[in-house]
Amino acid sequence: MRLEILNRGYRPGTKLLFALIRTFSGQPVPDAAKVVFYRPDFYGAQAKKFTHEAMRGPSAWSVADRELMAAYVSKVNECAFCIGAHTATAGQAYRDGAKVQEVLADLESAPLEEGLRATLRMLGKLTREGTVNADDMRHVVSAGVSRQQVEDALAVCAAFNTTDRLADAFGFELLSPEGFEAGAKYLLKRGYR
Amino acid sequence: MADEDTKRAALGALVDRVLKGEGRASAEQRARAFSNSDVPPPLDTLIGKVATRPAQVTHADFDAAKAAGFSEDQLFELVIAAAVGQSARQYEAALAALAEATANGEAG
Repeated sequence: MRLEILNRGYRPGTKLLFALIRTFSGQPVPDAAKVVFYRPDFYGAQAKKFTHEAMRGPSAWSVADRELMAAYVSKVNECAFCIGAHTATAGQAYRDGAKVQEVLADLESAPLEEGLRATLRMLGKLTREGTVNADDMRHVVSAGVSRQQVEDALAVCAAFNTTDRLADAFGFELLSPEGFEAGAKYLLKRGYR
Repeated sequence: MADEDTKRAALGALVDRVLKGEGRASAEQRARAFSNSDVPPPLDTLIGKVATRPAQVTHADFDAAKAAGFSEDQLFELVIAAAVGQSARQYEAALAALAEATANGEAG
């Protein structure tokens, strides 16, 4: 990563934890996981709570749908690390990696429920342009998405607009396909806490 | 609405911590990075990229900020402030658009 403190600045207990994770998973600790362990009082503790709530808290959206939103927002942000991580996680959650690939390749032609498609379209505009208007929201609502679902999707979008920025700014190292799959398995089992 | 209140409150707690909690960068520096406004050069390049085109951040952006006297811990905080700030602004703008779209009982 571009800051040496994020490569080497961890407490002895945290370094030991990283070594254990490497031993048991057979994979390096992803930089996304490391960042929340650096001075967790400043960022990691609150960020994990928010991200877990958005991604795993109560919602009418499935975990798979929310992971797809994370992958889609990351695609719009061109964030290679988070595209890899959440494409793998959404693929495992749906048990359908091809569906996720099709959505990321072409949202309009992909096989998807219209409500989710309209929601992703709105999240894409919000991410690309920084804002959306009432008409954009009316399109989503008229596709059968409840107000609460829109709010839940916006929380996912906020979590990943933050994480994508940190991934690109700090320079998270890409994982191998096996590394992303192992991370996805962990995120589906344990969430973001 | 209880679920969403929890999500919104959790983001609010993160924003509060980043802006108002203890830090190596001053609260004023963090506030400027958060809002991506009035950030002095050369830090403005790094912070502006984090907010609006993060994929274009380079080592040189960090090197320039360090050469201007910012420590790694300060840059850690200021990059996070910029990332959280941009995301929180988008979130609030979208919630306002949703409120406008669903006013007068247009949707539940």
